[in-house]
Amino acid sequence: MTMSETPAPSTTDARPAPQRSTTTDIALIAAFAALIAALTVIGGIPVGGAGVDITLQTFGVLLAGCVLGPVRGFLAVSVYLVLGAIGLPVFSGHSGGLAPFSGVSAGYLLSFPFAALLAGYLVKYVLGGLRTRAAFVFIAAMAGTVLNHVCGTLWMMHFLDVSLSQAIKFDAPFWVGDIIKSLVVALVAAEVHRAFPRLLARR
Amino acid sequence: MATIELEAASVAAPGADGDTVILEPTTLRLTEQRIGLIGANGSGKSTLVRLVNGLVTPTSGRVLVDGLDVARDGAAVRRRVGFCFTDPAAQLVMPTCVEDVELSLRRSVRDAGERHRQALAVLDRFGLGAQATLSVHSLSGGQRQLLALAGVLATDPSILVADEPTTLLDLANTRRVTETLFTLPQQLVVVTHDLDLARRCDRVLVVEDARVRFDGPAEAAVADYLSTVPL
Amino acid sequence: MNPSYLFGVYQPGTSPLHRAWIGAKVGGLAAFSLSVVLVRSVEAAFVFLAIAVLAAAVARIDLGLLLRSLRPALVAAVIFAGIQWLLYGPAKATETLVDLVALALAAIVVSSTSPVNAMLDSFIRWITPLRHVGVDPERVALTIGLAIQALPGTVALAVETRDAARARGVRHPRAFLTPFVIRVVARAQETGDALHARGIGDD
Ligand SMILES: Nc1ncnc2c1ncn2[C@@H]1O[C@H](COP(=O)(O)OP(=O)(O)OP(=O)(O)O)[C@@H](O)[C@H]1O
Ligand SMILES: [Mg+2]
Repeated sequence: MTMSETPAPSTTDARPAPQRSTTTDIALIAAFAALIAALTVIGGIPVGGAGVDITLQTFGVLLAGCVLGPVRGFLAVSVYLVLGAIGLPVFSGHSGGLAPFSGVSAGYLLSFPFAALLAGYLVKYVLGGLRTRAAFVFIAAMAGTVLNHVCGTLWMMHFLDVSLSQAIKFDAPFWVGDIIKSLVVALVAAEVHRAFPRLLARR
Repeated sequence: MATIELEAASVAAPGADGDTVILEPTTLRLTEQRIGLIGANGSGKSTLVRLVNGLVTPTSGRVLVDGLDVARDGAAVRRRVGFCFTDPAAQLVMPTCVEDVELSLRRSVRDAGERHRQALAVLDRFGLGAQATLSVHSLSGGQRQLLALAGVLATDPSILVADEPTTLLDLANTRRVTETLFTLPQQLVVVTHDLDLARRCDRVLVVEDARVRFDGPAEAAVADYLSTVPL
Repeated sequence: MNPSYLFGVYQPGTSPLHRAWIGAKVGGLAAFSLSVVLVRSVEAAFVFLAIAVLAAAVARIDLGLLLRSLRPALVAAVIFAGIQWLLYGPAKATETLVDLVALALAAIVVSSTSPVNAMLDSFIRWITPLRHVGVDPERVALTIGLAIQALPGTVALAVETRDAARARGVRHPRAFLTPFVIRVVARAQETGDALHARGIGDD
């Protein structure tokens, strides 16, 4: 079974029909929830052999924010978390279910929607027309990354009952990967906005 | 039969350097049971048929379905007009076949049990009874397109618009879907690149460069279209 | 032909836990997890672990599958306990290790005794009161259903786009990610049109 061709973006994007927006929003939210899941499922780049993967999960989360904007981005990531919570193996390492929500890294997981919200807010309302420029989108994506790491670190601190400085050390190894991912998010999101200039049109 | 009327309907898309005309002002009155649209890629066929259920709203002029203005009574028009797209993957939205048909029925049939029964009956009618509880992804391309048709026709619209419903299908499935389309009691508006399919229509429009260049009986329309294509 | 990555953590069975009401299971898990995190003592940690093991035994979860689901949590637990041993000594390390395993085990028991569909139905039921603040449960259910439906197609699209990029000898991740995301957006917009044509946005 082959995937069918999708038409050139220009023909599907700017068609004038304002009232279509709700159904298109639903479709985009669902599509990005599936996109984050797909990237997490296929994109494991194993590092260190200790079962820790650099996955494209955070890439997908930030991308949802930067491409869809704050509200749809937040909802897409939330739907993704629900998919995992109800038992689909869409989290890193093909895991799913409720266990990741009560584990050491739950702070990262639970702050994903807010990271997308923040990045999306910056892209849509602060960058405006500059969102087709990767350098600016990178700043927005990094803001989301920072929020994600802050929440993840604070969770570890309370959860493991360790000092803040210790929790920061636990968090540190993941920075390099996440900065690189933010960079790629910026490049990709900027190109997507060039292809679909009305995706973040203010209604 | 239903009546579809375009009254000097035109479509333009705003662009960076002025508006692009996608459809010149077009006036048409379609009452035949089976209407075909043929023409080159990018000529404006999809735009024209999307006007019929309000997926595209006219920039100027009016589009009426049985006297209802598509721009103003969109919801009422969409209950009358079913729309089938080229790529079934894009229009099947629920995980299993029966759920997808149930989605179409959710407004007309309130009781969930009754809805399920009706959905199963619709699937049977399209030869998909055995696949009812299977994942949409386990179907072949032709079955998916039939399922998409089942979903659209479950609510019994009086018009079916189909935009290249067979373009992605192999020969056998093209025949199957075509036969299904041509046995429907509904009014059919079908965009196609399949000239054999076009020849079976009662009236065929040839679209070229954002306007209807020919409008008439199928054979003459196909001949007209062929004459525009250099060998 | 359901792809393997769609098989959730759920394992069919007839144990009392399989038949238990999902609300009770999830509520119980939440209470359990909270207690584990709040009660800080080594003795209590072992009691919690015993409870979780007992639950797993009652649910008769296949040992191999259990260990596989437990692996990510186990790896994290060992790493963090090891670090804590060095920093704070054996007592705290033991508590962390046992706590983390108990938490993960309890969550796995709930997820592996609750089918995805039932979890989804319960979730939709729980959010129904949110109707009063403007959340439409039917629309949420549609969005989640749509995302689940889109999952296999999106994974296939991702793999296909990645292979296409490889076939052209391009190695930069963006050469695969940009076309992939553009196709996802284009298809979502088509799906939005299809939903709209089916009258979904009209109610
Ligand atoms: N919103 C839009 N903004 C700008 N151009 C558009 C828009 N929608 C359609 N077009 C352009 O209008 C033309 C007609 O498009 P349409 O999709 O109706 O063609 P078509 O006849 O269906 O072609 P095909 O056979 O390839 O499906 C194309 O050149 C298309 O790129
Ligand atoms: Mg077309």
